[in-house]
Amino acid sequence: MAQLTYRESVSLAIAQAMRKDPKVFFIGEDVGAAGGVFKATVGLLDEFGKERVMDAPISEQAILGAAMGAAMTGLRPIAEIMFSDFLAVCWDIIANQIAKTRYMSDGQINIPLVIRTANGGGSKFGAQHSQSLENWSMMIPGLKVVAPSCASDVLGLMDASVKDPDPVIFYEHKSLYASKEQLENTNLSIPLGQANILHEGADITIIGLALMAQRSKKAAQILKEKHNINAKVIDLRTLVPLDLQTIKRSIIETGLVITVEENPRLCGWGAEISSLITEHCFSNLKGPVTRVTTPHVPLPSADILEDNTIPSVDLIINEVIKKVKGE
Amino acid sequence: MEDKLNDDIGEAKRLQLWEMMLKLRLVEKKAYDLFLQNLIKGTSHLALGQEAIAGAFGVALQEGDYTFCTYRGHAHTLARGSSIEGVLGELMGRQCGLMKGKGGSMHLTDVEKGVMGSYAIIGAHLTIANGTALASKYNKTKEVSVCFFGDGTTNIGAFHEALNMAKIWDLPIVFVCENNLYMEYTAISEVTAVEHPAADRASAYSLDKIIVDGNDADEMYRTAQTAIKKARDGHGPSLIEAKTYRHSGHSRADPGKYRPDEEVKDWMENKDPIKNYRKKLLEFNIDEKTITGIESKIQQQVEDAINISKNSPIPDIKEIYTDVWADGGYKWHN
Repeated sequence: MAQLTYRESVSLAIAQAMRKDPKVFFIGEDVGAAGGVFKATVGLLDEFGKERVMDAPISEQAILGAAMGAAMTGLRPIAEIMFSDFLAVCWDIIANQIAKTRYMSDGQINIPLVIRTANGGGSKFGAQHSQSLENWSMMIPGLKVVAPSCASDVLGLMDASVKDPDPVIFYEHKSLYASKEQLENTNLSIPLGQANILHEGADITIIGLALMAQRSKKAAQILKEKHNINAKVIDLRTLVPLDLQTIKRSIIETGLVITVEENPRLCGWGAEISSLITEHCFSNLKGPVTRVTTPHVPLPSADILEDNTIPSVDLIINEVIKKVKGE
Repeated sequence: MEDKLNDDIGEAKRLQLWEMMLKLRLVEKKAYDLFLQNLIKGTSHLALGQEAIAGAFGVALQEGDYTFCTYRGHAHTLARGSSIEGVLGELMGRQCGLMKGKGGSMHLTDVEKGVMGSYAIIGAHLTIANGTALASKYNKTKEVSVCFFGDGTTNIGAFHEALNMAKIWDLPIVFVCENNLYMEYTAISEVTAVEHPAADRASAYSLDKIIVDGNDADEMYRTAQTAIKKARDGHGPSLIEAKTYRHSGHSRADPGKYRPDEEVKDWMENKDPIKNYRKKLLEFNIDEKTITGIESKIQQQVEDAINISKNSPIPDIKEIYTDVWADGGYKWHN
């Protein structure tokens, strides 16, 4: 039995992948000697040396290009982009090259590559270091999108992501790095495309991802204790592939659903989920799908501003109560 | 002639270069004809006039080496030994195409031949080519990666990121800038702070300044060999700037009217790599019959390939839904 933080589980997950497969190497900015700006890769350089843990210049295009090229030969790189906001400076490599090369080459080229990146708000870093950007990658054919909400999921999903023959964007939530979990076994593997039920209930379905899944779980606990409402919380864990069957099963049971997203409203992943629910579960619905998102604004920095922009536990509770009461 | 005094290349290699350049020239010409016949759709960026560069590298590289090129990549793909029908069939959107019509003219890929793709976003493939070079270093194997690009690429960020990374890690890679004097429709000199867009940047990355006449197949071949050997021997990257000129416009839609007539005439008449190489072969006392024989052989090969392509079926519509993922499909939810 070990207590592990989400942060520690990242370095452990990478180390386990590298121990299992000599084809796995790790590349990023400040990841080796410094152990990562979030200290999520401490110890890797000592264990694996410079040949497999590469400190790169501030050149996000060159980092992902090199990782892609190496993956094209059959290596299995893990590349770090320090903040997900920086994906914007290497978006060509991701959206045009990594995502499309398999298709354009008629399957001649596989790109078994994991891009891990620190995502999300809560740290008061302002609009360029706090975004939740899973949507960006979700809309591009050819990318798998993973966003773990706890230490065990980091371990299990990283294992599956590294073994996956396709490119995976692995969004780690900054506000979860310090979260802890008791684990009996750290050698985990969780298939991509398998959602997790964080809280059982038959009154309403709450669908969340990463930090929002954890806040939804907390909200569900309070709803049960104080409001006698039993909410089922689905942690999607991966947006692509998406576990639609788990969503459908729950909605058949509850008939009510809210999605909780950390991103701004327009074209957020909840919109796609909502559309799928309408398409597949219309007759099971007792009311419209409610989407809880940040307002359509860049994230502000000050405590009170950021806290009131990102959906809070209280906001989720209020929305659920309104929904269940039919307001 | 200097070459006569120093015939380091030899007749066999020269004939190989001749055959290679002819093939690239003839296929490009036919690609243009097929466009006019509406048998090829979309766009195309022909390398007419630039054959000596891809040709020389094609002859100098070994099996297993990796090449990356741009959307102007028909020649570079053929130069690695990809079949003519594979290239023309792809341009025509036929099943015999290298990617069965899923990539098109700008994305020719033939992994079996080391053609690791043709890239249509300026600069990207320099960073990706570093990756195959990194893999060779990581695996302690001896492949060399070669990345071709145009003069316009030297002004985009990825060029600079890639050169720096290649140098700090001493990757086995050769960057080849084909300076055809125009970035798309604009003279490169008008939009670049230095005279030689690639070579003048080399010192910023501790690389040698290498400028070569890209229309002289022998010079090009020597330069390619030196840089490839350096990379293969573990001595790191090179950046070559090869001066050349495209005979046609930037792409299918461009008549190239922004170039002075006199300049075009000079390059076409006096500096054409193929015309000049034919003269050189004769100067080296290579039998004209041998030269003509190769010409006829290539002509026949190209005609045959066109027939194969024309008779090849169009892709099955089901192909739309294949090969997004490694499992062969495109599903994104259960």
